[in-house]
Amino acid sequence: MSPFFEALLLQAGYNAALVAIGAALLGFAAGSSGTFLFLRKRALVSDAVAHATLPGVGLAFIVMVSLGGDGRSLLGLLLGSALTAWIGLLTIEWITRRTRLAEDAAIGAVLGVFFGIGIVLLTVIQSMSAGRQAGLESFLLGSTAGMLFQDAVVIAVGGSLTVFATWLLRRPMTLVAFDGDYAAALGYDVRRIDLLMMGLVMAVTVIGLKLVGLILIVAMLIIPAVTARFWTERSGRVIWVAGAVGGLSGYLGAVLSASAPALPTGPIIVLVAAVLFVVSLLFAPGRGVLAAVLRHRSFQARVHRRQGLLALAAQHPIREAYTLRLLAREGLVRPDGVPTEAGRAQAAKVARDERRWDVAREIHQDAGLTGRYDGVTPIEEVFTADEITEFDRRLGPPTAVGGA
Amino acid sequence: MGAEFVQFSLTPILIGTLAAIACALPGNFLILRRQALIGDAISHVVLPGIVVAFLLTGVVAAIPMLLGAAGAAVVAVILIEAVKRLGGIEPGAAMGVVFTTMFAAGVLILEQSDTSRVHLDVEHALMGNLESLIWFRADGWGSLLDPVALASLPDELPRIAIVCAMVVALTVLFWRWLKISTFDEGFAEALGIPSAAVGFGLVLTAAVAAVAAFDAVGSIIVIAMFICPPAAARLMTNRLERQVWWSVAFATLSAVLGYVLAGYGPLWFGATHAVSAAGMIAVVSGAILGLACLFGPHRSRIGIGRQDAA
Amino acid sequence: MVAAQDGRIAQEPPPSDAALAVRGLTVSYGEKPAVFSVDATFPAKTMSAIIGPNGAGKSTLLKAALGVIPRLSGEILVFGKPIDQARDRIAYVPQRASVDWDFPTTVLDVVQMGLYRKVGLLGRLSGAMAARARDCLARVGMQDFAHRQIGQLSGGQQQRVFLARALAQDADLYLLDEPFAGVDAATERAIIDVLKTLQSEGKAVVAVHHDLSTVRDYFDHVFLINVRRIAEGPVATTFTAETLQATYGGRLAATHLDELAVAGGAQ
Repeated sequence: MSPFFEALLLQAGYNAALVAIGAALLGFAAGSSGTFLFLRKRALVSDAVAHATLPGVGLAFIVMVSLGGDGRSLLGLLLGSALTAWIGLLTIEWITRRTRLAEDAAIGAVLGVFFGIGIVLLTVIQSMSAGRQAGLESFLLGSTAGMLFQDAVVIAVGGSLTVFATWLLRRPMTLVAFDGDYAAALGYDVRRIDLLMMGLVMAVTVIGLKLVGLILIVAMLIIPAVTARFWTERSGRVIWVAGAVGGLSGYLGAVLSASAPALPTGPIIVLVAAVLFVVSLLFAPGRGVLAAVLRHRSFQARVHRRQGLLALAAQHPIREAYTLRLLAREGLVRPDGVPTEAGRAQAAKVARDERRWDVAREIHQDAGLTGRYDGVTPIEEVFTADEITEFDRRLGPPTAVGGA
Repeated sequence: MGAEFVQFSLTPILIGTLAAIACALPGNFLILRRQALIGDAISHVVLPGIVVAFLLTGVVAAIPMLLGAAGAAVVAVILIEAVKRLGGIEPGAAMGVVFTTMFAAGVLILEQSDTSRVHLDVEHALMGNLESLIWFRADGWGSLLDPVALASLPDELPRIAIVCAMVVALTVLFWRWLKISTFDEGFAEALGIPSAAVGFGLVLTAAVAAVAAFDAVGSIIVIAMFICPPAAARLMTNRLERQVWWSVAFATLSAVLGYVLAGYGPLWFGATHAVSAAGMIAVVSGAILGLACLFGPHRSRIGIGRQDAA
Repeated sequence: MVAAQDGRIAQEPPPSDAALAVRGLTVSYGEKPAVFSVDATFPAKTMSAIIGPNGAGKSTLLKAALGVIPRLSGEILVFGKPIDQARDRIAYVPQRASVDWDFPTTVLDVVQMGLYRKVGLLGRLSGAMAARARDCLARVGMQDFAHRQIGQLSGGQQQRVFLARALAQDADLYLLDEPFAGVDAATERAIIDVLKTLQSEGKAVVAVHHDLSTVRDYFDHVFLINVRRIAEGPVATTFTAETLQATYGGRLAATHLDELAVAGGAQ
């Protein structure tokens, strides 16, 4: 069996299996909790949170060493990172609430400054106990190489807990993400739920530090959510699709990484997610690029076709070459722009529809219905057959277009 | 302050200051356009840019790497725009998708290639290495007039000086276009000003500044340089012209004070080693922003914001 | 007049003496046209209003005419020339809500933006030009506010500043997007006085307008739109109960039409 399939089936060693399961769980939690951020249009808050973990890692190390420990306890380092990430979050909130600065400036400032503090602390650590800081840099980019069994356990347990917390909080968070005012009207404390949401994001970030590193954990919070958006319009479903995309990326990434040397876990997980994103962007039905291009072309053709027919009906010349080509291809006009028999008939129908709309506006008191006029929607889609018969009764018999 | 200062501190302080100013100038407009985080995106793709440049050329030389980083920045900006438009994705999320993916690709390529023989490590690119940019041949202020000594100035100094001069020149030249298309895009276009091109040019300039600054202060701390001085400056005045001057002053203060604190601060506390100057510059700029948030004369919102006016 | 062929009568080209002529304009946001196949002619030396319900494409028509938003099809002529050759002859007053009033700049600065096309990128703002900017401010009664930060102004004052900026452009055609939206009565009076003065100087004014009760007092020419063109022509003959009903549907008829008909009859 090849190393890839061994890893895929969790046969590549105890640690690798734990890491794969942990990565899948973490991916799921990241994808689903990131969705709430994405829907609140605050995706990059996660970037600031992630960078703000660095000073915490450094501080925790310094504290643990000065208390006589060896400073490399993963749990301790993660607690420290959670602390400064939380402070970073509160700082962003404070700046946006208290000053005229917008949230993006606050995010960028916190991100850069906290990272700067972290770098200063790392240089302090280098000088205070040269050699013993080994491993702290791995929090920048993540590393599963040489991971201890207990670290893998922390990731697996942490991943499970965040998934559980997401499931627990899914209803209030969905409500707030989609309509904060409505949630407030229902009596939810929106600010509290926002902070809970951020707390969840922070938990994902902290657990993901060792696995994918603080810079790439952001990808796991953003990419699955954006990817999921292409596949469903339904609010509740986005969260689970994002979770699935995240979980799949985490699992496949960890497996790929374990199956060959020099394939760092973090980047591989992110790239798997990115591939899923690109596929969705291009080929998703409905929101995908391919579908949109096809739709736009047919729409443009519909607009030009109808404008052309209206011009024929009004006996105006058709000015645009595209319109002319379109009508000629359908045999509605001759190449010199003169309408054919079929073209006259179609033009008469279009002109009649316009007059039917005029009647509809006159007799219908319902602006919502008559407001659906946009030039290209067929009148048959808006009114029933007997309503249209009534319009026709008021209009009198049809008249022919051109040459009559 | 004598020979030692000129040899070890003069050039890093100058490089840090010029880098800070080059970033702060476009930062003013990015903040007003609510595009502050484009600096974040650009700075993260510097790493994949230099890695790819190294792979292609096989040498660790400044110019190919700068070109690679600038190329990556342009690719990132175009991809972000594409994801935004094609996918209908909001800007923040589009940036997040693009720059993390490119960063991941950069790290992967780095791990895959044999880079042990070159001095190209991720941490340097991320954290910067201002302290190493010393002037070996200098033996005092007199060296400033000595052509031989001047020839041994670190390459980073003339490079960042040129970029800084270019950023200043572009800001002055396009001042009116920048101002009006930032304030009122629709009106600018009605005047026939190519607003979209101005916006792209601004981002491109920011990218060049970020690239030139990264080997001094590291690619992440560049973000602080883009945002903190202009953000603090915004809280000091209600005139764009004065805001820009304030941002330059804050950038300079951050660079000088940050370098001094990093080099001498720990000694005051009895420690024997200096700490990261790049990190300290970011910390000082953050402290300035914090003070401006607390005491800046124009710190609170008084005007009718975009949303409220609707 | 193109000779009729095969029984067809060709459309006359857009009149070249019109201040603004739009032919076959379609603009679409996504899959729904906001403006569909619209022809419009706004005469020179005239105050024209663009009227229609919310979401009927009034502002879209104006912005597309300025080339600020892309169009799916159509042709725009300003004094008989394509828009890009006539930019110096157009002044534009965007919707007040379209900009960030927290922007760090002063009232005088904003008015001087109207001169940017004339002074170019680096050209010095001459003393005469600075005096013009102040003069434009005085025409809207804002001369004492020249050095205020724009965020400190009331809504009506902001609108006056935008109008002063358009005056500084010294154009022949003034396009205004909802100039009276959310302004106080004194400002509305001040704005209409300025616009009437412009008209008396031979300029053309085209405004998106939503207050039907003032149409007869303020404007000479109306263009009624609801995605497509409903009617256009002089206020006296075109602004009627029938055209309004066709534009707004039944809802308006019940509430306002009688009132407007009375107002119209009284003139």
